[in-house]
Formats: sequence, C-alpha cells, structure tokens
Amino acid sequence: MASAEELAAIKKAKILMVGAGGIGCELLKTLVLTGFRDIHLIDMDTIEVSNLNRQFLFRKHHVGQSKAKVAREAVLKFRPDVNIVAYHANVKSTEFNVEFFQNFHVVLNGLDNLDARRHVNRLCLAAGVPLVESGTTGYLGQVTVHIKGKTECYECQPKPAPKTYPICTITSTPSKPVHCVVWAKELAFTRLFGDKNQANDLDSQTKEASSASEQQVLPLELQEGESVASFAFRVFDYVFGHNIEAALKNEDAWKSRRKPVPLYLNKILPNIAEEFKGSCENGARPENSCSAMSVLGLKNPQEVWSIEDNARVFLKSIEILYATKSKAIGTLVFDKDDQLAVEFVSAAANIRSYSFGIPMLSLFDLKGIAGNIVHAIATTNAIIAGLIVLEAIKILTSDFNHSRMTYCLEHPSKKLLLMPVEPFEPNSSCYVCSQTPLSLEVNTSKSKLRDVVEKIVKAKLSVHSPVIMQGSNILYETGEDLEKDMVLLYTSNLDKFLVDLPTPITNGTVLSVEDFQQEFSCNLHIKHRDEFDEEKEPDGMILTGKWLTSQTPEQQLNVPGGPTEGNNVVEAVAGETKTINDELQEVDGDFAEILEVNTVADKKRKIQDEEQAQKRMRVSLDER
Amino acid sequence: MEAETDSLTEQETAVYDRQIRVWGVEAQKRLSKSRVLVVGITGVVAEVCKNIVLAGIGKLTLLDDKPLSEEAVASNFLIPFFSTEDEGCCSIASICAEALRDFNPMVHVFVEEGNVIEKPGSFFDDYDAVIVGRSSLGLRKHVNLMCRNRSRRVAFYTVDCRGSSGAVFVDLQKYAYSSQKGNAEIWQEKHFPNLEEALSVPWSSISKKTSKLFFAMRIIEEFEQCEGRVPGQISCEDLPALMALRKKMCESQAVGDSMVPESVLKRLADAGNAELPPVCAIIGGILGQEVVKAMSCKGEPLKNHFFFTASDGKGVIEDISPSQ
Repeated sequence: MASAEELAAIKKAKILMVGAGGIGCELLKTLVLTGFRDIHLIDMDTIEVSNLNRQFLFRKHHVGQSKAKVAREAVLKFRPDVNIVAYHANVKSTEFNVEFFQNFHVVLNGLDNLDARRHVNRLCLAAGVPLVESGTTGYLGQVTVHIKGKTECYECQPKPAPKTYPICTITSTPSKPVHCVVWAKELAFTRLFGDKNQANDLDSQTKEASSASEQQVLPLELQEGESVASFAFRVFDYVFGHNIEAALKNEDAWKSRRKPVPLYLNKILPNIAEEFKGSCENGARPENSCSAMSVLGLKNPQEVWSIEDNARVFLKSIEILYATKSKAIGTLVFDKDDQLAVEFVSAAANIRSYSFGIPMLSLFDLKGIAGNIVHAIATTNAIIAGLIVLEAIKILTSDFNHSRMTYCLEHPSKKLLLMPVEPFEPNSSCYVCSQTPLSLEVNTSKSKLRDVVEKIVKAKLSVHSPVIMQGSNILYETGEDLEKDMVLLYTSNLDKFLVDLPTPITNGTVLSVEDFQQEFSCNLHIKHRDEFDEEKEPDGMILTGKWLTSQTPEQQLNVPGGPTEGNNVVEAVAGETKTINDELQEVDGDFAEILEVNTVADKKRKIQDEEQAQKRMRVSLDER
Repeated sequence: MEAETDSLTEQETAVYDRQIRVWGVEAQKRLSKSRVLVVGITGVVAEVCKNIVLAGIGKLTLLDDKPLSEEAVASNFLIPFFSTEDEGCCSIASICAEALRDFNPMVHVFVEEGNVIEKPGSFFDDYDAVIVGRSSLGLRKHVNLMCRNRSRRVAFYTVDCRGSSGAVFVDLQKYAYSSQKGNAEIWQEKHFPNLEEALSVPWSSISKKTSKLFFAMRIIEEFEQCEGRVPGQISCEDLPALMALRKKMCESQAVGDSMVPESVLKRLADAGNAELPPVCAIIGGILGQEVVKAMSCKGEPLKNHFFFTASDGKGVIEDISPSQ
C-alpha cells in the first residue's frame, strides 16, 4: 500500500486530467480509488455507442452527453466525498491559460490527438507543472513523464509526419483500396455533399468535355424537377463511366499500368430503374431509413459485398442523404459516425476499386480506413491508467529519480510485457523547450503569408492564435480586442506574397512566431528557394532545423517507405487485421488519432534505441 | 434464421466495433459464447471482471459469500458508496454482479452461493475458465485439479495483489491458439503444467534472473498456511518469522538466501491485505487480456506466471515449468 508520505501527498494533490475517454475513464476511477480527492477534468467530446466497450463509466442512455460530466457523476456514485470538477470544453480554449494550469500539482493526459497534446505540453512548460502523457492502440500503450528541465518535453522528438498521397495517385492512378477511400471521402463525398467551392478534381476532366458538348446539364448538380434517384444514376455513370473513359484517352498513362474499366449502370444493374421505383414508394422515408444497407436488406457489414450491391448502396445512400439531410447538403463534412456518409464513401471506394482492379473491402474495414479509427480495448487502457497513477505519485513525492517511461507491449521483449525505461534528458535543440530556432525554406515571391500561417505555423507548429513579427513589426495577429483597421491590415497581409509585405520577407529574414496563450515563441529563419517538388513537397515550403535533423536513425525509419522497422511497427499495431492496418497506417491524412500509431512507432524506436537502458534494467533486475 | 445466431447482432457490432478491429469477428463470436467463474472478489478481481464483461464474454458467475465490509470496499469500484449501516447486509458477489450487469447488458452475470470447496466436480463442467482470487494455496490447488479433471478443457487462473506487487498464474493445460503471421493465420500449441507441478520445480533449477516475487510469494503462502492465517492476514511484525522461514526454505531448496531479498518480503508483509489500486488496474488488465485471449483462442497466451511490482515498474512473464 502507499506509504504515509505518499498518502499525505495524494490527499492534498490537485490534479488536472485532460481527456475523459478510453484512458480517462480508467484513470479517473483509479485516481479516486487511490485516494486522490481533488480532480479537474476537461473533455470536449460527447459519448458515442462505440465508446461503450471500454469507457465503462458510460451507458447507452448517456450517448450524446458530455464525457467529462457523465464520468464525474459515475465516479461520485462510488466515492461521493471527492471533489471532481468537470469541464465540457476544449482544452485549447482560452479559459485554460497558464494561470489555470498553475493551480495544479500535476497534469495527466489521456488525449487522442497530436495537436492537443502539443498544446498541453506548452502550457505545462509555461506553468512549470509536470506532465504525465499517455497513448494506446490495441494491445500497445505507453506512459511518459515530462518535467521541465529534468526530462525531455513532449515535443523534444519530432513525430513522424502523417502519410500523404500524391494527388495524381488519388485522382488518376489508384493502386490500393486506401487510394480509393481517400478519393471517395475527399473528392466524391465533398463534391456531392460538402463545400462545392473547394477545388475538386472530379470536375476537372469534364471541362473540355462539357465545353465541347452543348449540353448545359451540370453532371454533378441536381436539376430542377429531377428526381434524386435519376440524379444518382447520372452521378454514377458520370463518375465511374464518363470520367474513367476520359482518363483512358490519355494513353501514355496506361502504358505500364492496368487500364481501368469504365462502369455504367445499365451494364451492372440493367433493371435498376424498376428496382428503385418500387423501393421509392415505401422506402427512403426519413423515419425508417438512416441506413442504405438496412433498406437494401444487407445485414453483414463485415462481408465484402458484390459490385451490384455496392452500386445499390451508392445510389441508395445518395437518395437517403437527400431525403433526410437536404438542408445540410453543401455543408456536410465526412463523419465516421454518420452511417450514410460511411455507406456512400465505402460504396464509392469499392466501385472505383472494382473499376481499377483493386480488391474490394467490407464496409467495416473501409470505415476503419476512412475514419482513421484507432483500435482500442479496455485492458490496455486500464494498464496504462494504472501506470499513469504510479508516475503521478512519484512526481508528487518528488521521487524524480524513479520516474520512468513505460511501454506496454503485445509480445514480451526479454520477458517483459511492461517495460520501464529511464526518461530522456531534454533535447537541447528542441524548438519548444529549448527555444532553438527553426528554418523555413520557401519561395518568398510565390508563397503568401497565408500559406505560412496555415501550412506551417498552425498545421506543423500547432500554434493556434499566432502573432507573427518581423523585428518589432507585427505582420499578423488575431484576437477579439484588435482595432478594426489592424484586422483589415492583417487580413490583407495574409494574401500578399512574402516579398510584398510591408516589411518584406526575403532570404535571411528572421520571423518570430508567438502564441500568448501557450506562452510559446520561436524564431523562423527564412531561406529562399526557387523550386519545390509538387509531389514530394506539396506545401511548397519545408521546415528544417537542428531539431528535425536530430532524430535518431530509427525514427527516420518510420517515415513512409522506410525499411523494415516501420513495417514491424505496422505488424505490431495490426494484430489480427494486418492488411487493413497496413492501410490505416498509410491513410493518416488527418492528424487526429494517428498519434496513437505514431507513439507506438516512437516506442519501437526507443526500445531499439535503449539497448543501454535495457542493460541497466537487467542489472537492476539481477539486484533485486 | 439459423444464420442469425452465427453472426453478431447489430448492437454487438456497434458496441464492440473498436475491439473487433483488434481481434476480429470470429474471436468476438467465440468470446460471446464463453462462460467464466470467478471465486473470491478483491480489488484486482473487480478489475478483471470489469475487463472481461466489457469485452463481451457470454456469462460471468461470481462466487463470494463474504458479507460487505469496509476492507472489501477499499479498492473495489464495483461497490457503490458504502456506509457502515450497510455492513454485512449482502454478499460482495451480489453487489458486484449488479454493477457488472450495468457495464454491459449483453453479458449474463450470475451469483453462485456457497463455498467453492464444497462444489462437486460437475459444477465446473459449466465453465470455460475459472479465476481464483486471493486464497490459500490448498484451495487454489484444489480448484485447479477440479478444472483439470473435466472432460473438456477448463482454463484456470489465480491472481493476487499484495500492496504494490502482484502475481498471476495460468494453467491452460494443452492449449491451441491462432495468431497472425503476416497475412496468414497460424495455429500453435502450448502445454501448461498445473499449479502443483509448477510449484514443485526445484528452486535450484530456476534461473537466478527470475523475478524475486516468485520465491517471496511461496514463502508468504507457506507462512500463511503453517500459521493458519487467512491469506493476507500478515503484517510487518511477522517479518522475523518470515526471515526464518526463508532460511529454512532456501536451505531445503539448496539455494542461497539472496534468492529472496528481505526488502521484497518486507514489502509483502507490510502490505497485509491491502491492494494498491493502480497495481490492481495493471494486473487486472493483464489478466483480463489473457482471459479474452484464451476464450477466443486468439493470440499467444502468457506462460505461466506474471509478476508486477511498482518498485521497479516491470511487468515480467516467467515460464516456470518442470523440464520435460
């Protein structure tokens, strides 16, 4: 049991928990049982059905409610005498500033995305509060300890970049199911149901075609007086028939590739008009149909459906989306918890796969790819939560010498399933905790300030409300208390090329980037470069610097295309559904949730890296 | 209609989505048909129960007639707020069963009354796995043999958390399991010794690198048995007697005293019957995972001991089996 000293520290500790999901539920329970009495809990999410297999503080009737609030109530039922403060809010919101973080003795993270983790890391550094960080995927998990000045911060090691695909692979030459999923989600779904103003390649091939033909019917727009069913038929033939036919005209592209087959509805489902006529009379009513597969009588989402059934699901999902969400059409964003969106994207991906001779997959598997779904089980989360509490106790009793990072493995490594490793020292070239400058290679006469702000400052550096300065001149800033004329100036700056700014940014310029909430600042050294590879460097700019080159060789292996180590990681993550996870690893277009996989990759690196530490460990094992 | 029984229901598919992505549909189906008996509910056992109920086993039966007491509640989150008026009102098993049913309405949770020692062999025919919490060595061996003597294989586990340390023992008899090798599913087999056999391995033949907890737990259980203590009824005052027993046992096993450091024995004695909740979560997580693996015949099981101690933070698998 905990010693008297530990119990005293536990009793008076004030804890901040960020995240009340898989790890959070387990963590809150374990903290309270251990004797912690003052816990603040932040989570912006609401409860979903797919949480219930592991987030045991939640019940079916809680679906849709705040995770933080329901978790609090559930725990008070078995320990009514503890103080739990629940915030149904985004940890990035301004109320959680440095002063707020300073109220706590330790911060415990159970987050699911890199951006929020970085944000919390910076606030902890600024507030001088120790952070215990964690992550899991399937059987794998890790707990790390970050104490300012003593151990590395969460950002001391660069995280592997998420996989992106060359645009032409997605639009023209897919070779894997994942390429078709990205196409279905990013192009087809967005073009039909999302923001039509976004540039979209679905239309591009038709520009010549439609200007050549005299017809004024826009192929992907519902015409006045047209039934949704016949619109859906038209979309099918256009996207899977016409567009493929147009692509085939570019014969050079298919010299060394298998040619796709144009698909037309009258070949695949010759009687579809008849078939859907009948179903329209009784089906597609909003109240009984939020799922195309159930309307069509398809029961098993784990089964790979025929091309005919995929075509039916494609058509039916369009029909029901129009019937049930007509007002939202034009603003929809793909959501993995929206059954119809998942059905549309899976069917579209499969039909495209079929056309290109790529294996079709089940809706279940495609949903995993499209939604970047992290595999999660209760047991790993429980183990990780237990380890977090043990580390928190060491921090509270200032027992820093015994702080450990711990990896939870699927297969034992030298008999160990739970492997503790001594924390790393701070990385002296870290741009976050050591304020080491970064360099930005960019074409200063072709890139706009907006590109730097969106693609680098926000997306790569996770700075949410940036102030960008050159010397003492502010080039960009956001905030509610700004004067109107300043807002106008900053907005107009965004659309200027770097060299055209009031104080031009050219080769050798040093920009300073600050975020007052994060109390973060870093310098960006600008290096002008004329040319960028459109496929490999789609941003048209690249971050460099000592921090990024200080990564270990093992880490570089995690970069897509690297040799075996990366694959081992996939294998370790994949467990049972190897191929799917292989895809999952690659589809990480958006940062959210991928981090779980990255942390595991990171883990592998460290394990490999830590032969020394292992030797130390073996020594200490012998001693005991 | 026949096909229906063989595929997961819509509700199962929705709730179990994230874990099906880990172990697959077939494993989930096997899991949902499994029946597990749990004997003796402590904090670590409550964690195991939570984990296997969430995972979606078919049926869980709890056997623990002990009345509610303050000590039983300390590290058990299945028991709602406890006031001294509730003391002795009902059995721990019945209270915990209620909470577990609530966790996952798709799992049938039952309470079995009586003492496990009085249950006939046929009683164990109804289970695919039996988990025994903290109990005397004699009882553990007895239940293990009952499981062994069935016509079908019944998996047997013991688990005990003592303060900041804990141990798991696994006997899956002759066990075939599938695992993923690349894209292929391969089947492998492992043979496990029973508890009696596993504990009769001479210490002198066991690697010196083996977790010290293995030996320390043997001394503790021997002490409790000889002194007629209820398991866990031990304190720092017993340390001198434990040290004497260590000397005796190490001598008879022909190994040096250093096999069992005093610090490890002291920690276990100090712990008494208390369980450190984070350690319960860790050990309960490991065992929960093992039960899920065994009930779904998927994934390599750990053989045949697992030890964790917060003092070094290591979770170690030790295979201590008689040489063939």
